[in-house]
Parts: sequence; structure tokens; C-alpha cells
Amino acid sequence: MTEPAAVEVASLTKRFAALTAVDGLSFSVARGEIFGLVGPDGAGKTTVMRMLAGVMRPDAGTVILDGVDVVSDPELAKRHLSYMPQRFGLYEDLTVDENIRFYADLFGIARGLREERAKRLLAASGMEPFRGRLAGKLSGGMKQKLGLTCSLIHAPKAVLLDEPTTGVDPVSRRDFWRILYSLLGEGVTIVIATAYLDEAERCHRLALLDRGRLIQCDTPAALKQKMPGALVAIASPDPRRVRSALEDEPGVQTVVLVGDGVHLVVDDAGRIAELERRLADQGVPYEHIARVTPSVEDLFAALLGRKAEDG
Amino acid sequence: MNALRLRAIARKEVLQVWRDPRSLMIVLLMPIMQMLMLGYGVNLDLKHIPICTYDREGSQHSEALLKGFAASEYFDVVKVATDYAAVTAAIDGGTCRMAVVVPQDFSERLTDTGASSVQAILDASDDNSATIAAGYAQAVIDQFEQNVQIWFAGNHGQSMAPPPPISLESRVWFNEDLESRNFIIPGVVAVVMALVGAQLSSLTISREWERGTMELLVSTPVTPMEVMLGKLAPYFVIGLLDAVLCLVMAVLWFAVPFRGTLLTLFATTSLFLVAVLGIGYLISVAIRSQIGASQIALLVTMLPTALLSGYAFPIDQMPAPIQWVTYLVHARYYVTILKAVFLKGVGMTALLEPILGLILYAVIVAFLAARAFRKRLD
Repeated sequence: MTEPAAVEVASLTKRFAALTAVDGLSFSVARGEIFGLVGPDGAGKTTVMRMLAGVMRPDAGTVILDGVDVVSDPELAKRHLSYMPQRFGLYEDLTVDENIRFYADLFGIARGLREERAKRLLAASGMEPFRGRLAGKLSGGMKQKLGLTCSLIHAPKAVLLDEPTTGVDPVSRRDFWRILYSLLGEGVTIVIATAYLDEAERCHRLALLDRGRLIQCDTPAALKQKMPGALVAIASPDPRRVRSALEDEPGVQTVVLVGDGVHLVVDDAGRIAELERRLADQGVPYEHIARVTPSVEDLFAALLGRKAEDG
Repeated sequence: MNALRLRAIARKEVLQVWRDPRSLMIVLLMPIMQMLMLGYGVNLDLKHIPICTYDREGSQHSEALLKGFAASEYFDVVKVATDYAAVTAAIDGGTCRMAVVVPQDFSERLTDTGASSVQAILDASDDNSATIAAGYAQAVIDQFEQNVQIWFAGNHGQSMAPPPPISLESRVWFNEDLESRNFIIPGVVAVVMALVGAQLSSLTISREWERGTMELLVSTPVTPMEVMLGKLAPYFVIGLLDAVLCLVMAVLWFAVPFRGTLLTLFATTSLFLVAVLGIGYLISVAIRSQIGASQIALLVTMLPTALLSGYAFPIDQMPAPIQWVTYLVHARYYVTILKAVFLKGVGMTALLEPILGLILYAVIVAFLAARAFRKRLD
């Protein structure tokens, strides 16, 4: 690990009037790593991505991208990075090919190279048949895959993706991730902001952000180890009643409603028997109760929930 | 500056204009419509004023006088009244702008004293038109007077020198053979170009913001200068095409004589376009919605060019402080140039002053525009 980090962020801070959107953030990303920025809406993910991409100036702190200081020389950094904003940023009134050509030209990619890369990228995402179609007429998933194609046409060293798979169908998401993984072999560094925690689990390392601050930064597995107490899943036809019955029980730290029931964080797995008794006393219907392995989502809820209690 | 990136921006802009019906409409229909509206709408010639006549005498002379009104192209006799009530009704109801009443003793006094009078009742709610109509009425009466004098001379067997030609002061600017159109149309070309040019370029940057394409664009290595030149180059060509369209309409449709050279026209039009497009671009950088930018562009160009460019309202007749303000209006220089090129046929050396003014204007606007756009989101 003597190689310098591909992305080095130190004390990054950005204020909007009274709001501090990003507050003294520091992390580093190794070459060939997929690094995830995870957090609820308003955590500052987009602001961080914009500062990494050199399109927004931080109030304090530094961003070094492959040895280039993004804050002091954003134009130099832009030649070797690619940024995919949250909102679809391509021209809907241009065709797939025209969009690709536009971005290739802006990065000075010669025609032959452009054709070769476009062909490979479009084939990987199943977009070959749509090259003549207007971008505005593509489905949500195809738009994002076109966005990825355009942002990879100049073979960047670092790829910054801001919630790239929001509103994308599962098949396109799978294509998307397959393309991302294939980049890692070429030594490309990927920073991805995501609200999907199942996607977060695919990252090598995660930074958990809350209100502009870094809460935790580690591999998904290590983060789960750090989770205090035990996670208990209760399947129930009436999750709200389960929540109100248990949220004030001793040892219960957080209660989160999930699709078909409730996830609880308790200080000790031994409390399950107490919880069962409590539900029976109150006559709350439930089908199943068991300790489960936490997902990143649970972890996040546990960490943020406890923080809220502390505050 | 990188030629490949410049070309990429220009090419993209052309594709977008070509595929956007609204832009195409601004490019082609707006100049034609504005040329027609301003060309016909602003017309200082007043003709076919509806009038009412009331002949209280019914003599040979009174009829001859009223025939003079009926024959004049300035007046249309739309009502022949038989009492004062009808005259009042015609003026009050707005069907007539003027009533000519011949008194009962018209011929008698004419024969006896050689002088008589006719009453003209004018609707002065539009006092400018009323003054003009009174001037025309005086002209018709003067004409009649001459005929009467000639007739008297013939009758009395006296030889008489032909009376001097009638020259009313007002006739200098209500001329008969559409000269005001010749005077106005070249200026209309300038006004239309200012409006259309600013409209087009006001959409360039605001469109990127509105459609969400700006964030990606500023993350590429493209420079602000490449963005500006790449975006404005197609509109410069479109502006020149629109200029050709307007000028052809001026010459072929409005039959304004063109006496200058195409070189002078092309050179000065290019300069004017730089100023016009630059202003639209500045607005586009400042305002991030297309509709907002186009409204502001309309506001900023419409009133100053229409009122202060001197295209219809002569600058030297304005109060001194307003005259100074006109130097800030780009169309002022171009209007002066176009009028001279069209009507006087003078070359560039004779137009040194307005050309220098336009150059200075274009340089300042280009300088500001080049610095306006920043590749940042905050």
C-alpha cells in the first residue's frame, strides 16, 4: 500500500448561508476501489460529489485526484475524471450517437477510438440497437446507461457517480454494475453516491454521511461488525402495533418499520424472550421473531438512531 | 481554445435549433412577422380619414368644395348629413374623425367679399391625427380657393398669374408618396434584428440550466470561451440569414430603394450582430430559465430600440438627456447606418462615426460576455 491514494479528501467543508452542507469531511479512496457515499437525503452526498468533480468550490479543505488538486486546478483534473450528475445531464434532443460524439469531442477523443469504445460500451449495456434514437425517447434505465457510456468515452481515471441508478429497472441496474466492475480491472477508481443500500453492499468501502459529517468509514462487513447489540426481525401483519408495543421496552434502541414487519436493535440477543412475552401480553399479532444478520440499511438506522438519542 | 471542442458545441447547437420548433419559429417567422407588423403598423402617413359633410347651402360652389374632399385620398366621405344632430352623432359615435360644414351663406360671401369660411369639426381625442386631418382639410380648401380664383379670373376676363404652389408646413412630414415608409423601413430592419438576435442568444445558456445539461457540461474540459463562441457562431450565421430576409423584404416587399453597397451592409450588419448576440448571451448567463431569459431579452431590447434608436422618432428632436441615453442603444448606430446606406447610398468612410460607435459597442459587449460565464454551479 505504498501507492498514493487515487482520491484524497481532507477537511472538506461547504456552507450554504446558515447551513453547513458538508462539514470537515476527510476520506481517501485507493486506485481500483469502488467507494460508496451513503446517507439519507440532505446528508450532503451531492455536494461532496460536485466538489470532487470540480464544479463546486469548497469553503475549506482539499481534494486531490490522482495527484491533481481539484480545488486549485479544476480544469486539469476534469480531463481525467468523469462525473455523472444525479439529474440526467445529456441532451434529450440529440441521438445516442450524437451525445457520445459530443462528449468524445469535448475530451478530444479521435474518431477511431471513439467508435471502438462506443461499440464496446454500448454492447455491454445492450444499447447497440438504439444508437440512432433520441436520448429523450429512451427509458430511464437506458438513459442512465447512455450517461455512463458518455462519461466513460474518454477512459477516465476516476469516475464519480451521483445516485446513478435511481429510478432504473433491475435489469439495467445489473448491466450498470457489471460495467462498473469491469472498469476496476483497468485501474479505474469509482466513487458512487447511493441511496440504495443493497448497492452500498457492493462497494469495497463505504462512508456513512449524516448532515454533512462522516459517521463511519469502512468495508460493509467491518461496519456490520461494529453494529452494537443484536438485530431482531419480527414478521407481523400489523407492524405499527408491534412498534408501539415495543419501542419503550428496556434495551430496545431503535425500531424500524420494514416491508412485512419490524427490525429492532436491542442491546442483547437474550432479550428476544422478553419481547415475545410483551407482544403476547398486549395481544399484538406476529408470525415470526428471530435474530438476523444486519444489512447496511439496518446498520445505518442503528447508527443514526442512536445518534439521535444521544442528541 | 480548441477547434474540436468549439466545433462540437456549434454542431450540437445547430442540431438543437433544427429540432426545436420554437427556435425555428423565432428564426424564420418572427422576422417576417415583425417586419410586416412594424413596417405597416408604424406609418406616419395618415390617409382615408373618415369624414362627414353637411352642406347647408347646396350651391354650385359648396358642392365643388365638398367634391374636393371626396376626391382627396386623405379623406373618405362616409356620411352626408342633413342636420347638425347627424353631424354630432357621427363625431360622437366615432364613425367620423372630422365633419365639414358649409354655411348657408357660403357662395354669397364668396361672391361679395371674395372670402368665405367653412366649419371643420374635429375629433381631437387623438390630437395628433386631428392636427394632421386639419392640415389636409386646409390643403383641400386651398386647392378649391385656387380653382375659384382661376374661375373668377376667367369670368372677369382678367389674366392672372398662376397662384403659388400650396406649401403647408405640415406637408413636409405627411408626404404623399409614402416617403415616410422609405425612411422607416431600414430602421425597422434594425429593430427586428435586435429583437430576433437577442431572443435567439438569450436561450443558449439558460437552456442548458433549464434542461439540467449544464452540470455535466461544466464537468468537461470545455472552456467558457469555447462555449460562448461555439454557441454564438450558429446564431451569427442565422442572424445574417435573417438580415438577408429582412433586407430582401424591405427592397422587394416595401419597395424601399437600396442605393448603397452590399459590402458596407454586410460589414456593419456583422458588427451589429456581435452586439445583439452578446447582449442576449449576457442575459442568458444571468437568468437560468429559458422563458425568463427570453422575456428579459424582449424587455431590454424592445423598448430602447423602438423608442431610442431613431428608427421612427428622430433623435435630434428628443430632449438632451434622452439624446445622451440613446448612445447606449446599439440600434442607434445601426439605424443611422442603414438609413444612410439605403437612402443615400453612402460608403463606409461617410459613416465613420456610427461605425466606430458600433465597433466600440461590439467590443465592450464581447468582452463582458466572454467573462460572464463561469464553469461553476455555485
